Amino acid sequence: MSHPVTQALGCVLSISPTMQAVVAFLKTWWVELVCGVVIVAAVPLVAGYVVLVERKLMADMQARLGPMRVGPHGLLQPIADAVKLLIKEDIIPRDADAFIFWFAPVISMVAALTSMGAIYFGPAFRVAQDINIGILFVIGVSSLGFLGIILGGWASNSHYSIMGALRSTAQLVSYETAGGLAIISALLLSGSLKIRAIVDAQSDQHVWFLFLAPVAFFTYLVASIAETNRAPFDLPEAESELVAGYMTEYSGFRWALYFLGEYANMIVVASVATTLFLGGWLRPFSNVRWLDIPMGVLPALLIAALGVYCIYRAGKQPVKVQLGFMWVVALCCFGVAVIYLVPWLVAPLRFAIPGLNGAFWFLFKVAVYIYVFMWLRFTLPRYRFDQLMHLGWYILIPLAIVNIFSVGIAMFLSLELGWNRWLAVMLTTAFTLAVSLLLVRLHDKHASAASSTSAVPSDSYAG
Amino acid sequence: MLDSIFFYFFAGVAVLSAGLMVTRRNALHSAVCLVATLLAIAGIFLQLRAEFLFITQIILYVGGIMVLFIFVIMLVRLDAPIHQIRFRLQRFVAVLVILALAFEGVVILLLARKLPGEGLLIQGSAPADKLPPNSEALAKSLFSDYLLPFEIASVLLLVAMVGAVVMAKSRKRTSES
Repeated sequence: MSHPVTQALGCVLSISPTMQAVVAFLKTWWVELVCGVVIVAAVPLVAGYVVLVERKLMADMQARLGPMRVGPHGLLQPIADAVKLLIKEDIIPRDADAFIFWFAPVISMVAALTSMGAIYFGPAFRVAQDINIGILFVIGVSSLGFLGIILGGWASNSHYSIMGALRSTAQLVSYETAGGLAIISALLLSGSLKIRAIVDAQSDQHVWFLFLAPVAFFTYLVASIAETNRAPFDLPEAESELVAGYMTEYSGFRWALYFLGEYANMIVVASVATTLFLGGWLRPFSNVRWLDIPMGVLPALLIAALGVYCIYRAGKQPVKVQLGFMWVVALCCFGVAVIYLVPWLVAPLRFAIPGLNGAFWFLFKVAVYIYVFMWLRFTLPRYRFDQLMHLGWYILIPLAIVNIFSVGIAMFLSLELGWNRWLAVMLTTAFTLAVSLLLVRLHDKHASAASSTSAVPSDSYAG
Repeated sequence: MLDSIFFYFFAGVAVLSAGLMVTRRNALHSAVCLVATLLAIAGIFLQLRAEFLFITQIILYVGGIMVLFIFVIMLVRLDAPIHQIRFRLQRFVAVLVILALAFEGVVILLLARKLPGEGLLIQGSAPADKLPPNSEALAKSLFSDYLLPFEIASVLLLVAMVGAVVMAKSRKRTSES
């Protein structure tokens, strides 16, 4: 007989209905659980490296080197930053509302991570499968994040914080309207809210919706920059006016949570744009059959080329530790490349190819979208608050509304009357642009007439 | 089993935070509690497989209306009314309402014992496959069966919106002159 403890354990495992239910639960949901854990674990790391890329890119644009000390070319900087943030003193101001102050950053972070639950990072890597309201879930839940911003700004009990919180509320309410209206155009084309159905529609129609609704994509791009509080719309945390906006009083881990929430939100927004407008996990020219093999091997080759480049750079590292680290990075790249190549060589593993390549293309597109965000941040100066509101309400929202009509007209012309699709799209896009130009002109005339008769109204949120 | 656990969790959170919302002195704390209530009710909607209602609740009520509430709370000075005398007569009404609610609760508990099965334990949720997807079903009934009422309602909302804008504008003009 075995030990009584193991016997008892066996009894519990086999008999207890609760344990059986847990085992059954794990058997049904293990894919979702693994994906969820990977997302929660990977997002902080990814966010850290997005910050590093951003600093490097900014440095390059300003003819500097950027972080160079920690690891080769600053490759370990995010980890050093994370350690620094975790061991920093966690200050709660005396006059702050302690509970809400403690709780607000958590809301930001949790909302961003939860909304990732409905995103498909490639055809195989997802948490929730085929929710009926897929894209609405992502948008709705990620928009809860700014409750964290408002509450944090209010609970800090500081002028800068509350000013940042007020600005962020006004900005989010305005730009979420524009973003939502832009999404409707893509949903009209796909005819479904399910994420998989949206991507399948782009595959069936042989085109990314970016080309069928370019105005909607542009509107969504601008609105998504404003929703994630990034320059040129980073008024809630404008450092030259408000110190750090709603985050002024935060330090250490709580500050890091806000920061993570912001970057996770960027990933969410980029994923939504990729799914709706950039073809999701479809590779470029996904309907050209003869490109199947070259495009299928391309991800592995790209990653391997990155590894070769790392080895090339390793020779130029001044310190031995950095040289070793460069080799480790190169080996990691080769490892990933091997994982991508193995299914091509081993026939029984062929089923994994669409999942792996889909994940590559999806993440690639998300990265490009975030890269564009960075360009805009370093290129454009910050907007003034009244300019921001003006752009949102007088230009973007009318543009998005007109665009819904013109996308509908284009669909009617091409599907019901049998017009050439591209002709219909071009005509209706021209119509949208003409109408919006007219609107801008009219408003400018109106505004100049008003400003010549009366003084410019003061803006109470401008700070 | 799992269904009733989820149901009682959401219901408990909803009732608890609704109670906290009424009793908090600080208006912003009340607003936060109201957010919790609305989210818990959204959870109950989801459990009833009304996923469109769930997301509408979150986007409209939590993401839209509550944000405006909090916005107003932050702009308005709330220190003054805290020190004013509160309504007194309501205590009597409140006691009556609580008695009525308690009576109702006792009756429900007594009746539940006579229900078949395990009484208050929820027996499974709505069937998964028998209903058409929410958003499609809703769109079909709104845009085909009830098109006229839908349009009338939207025109009504438009009128209300225009009215609000006109009122806000006219007040501004009088204050300037």
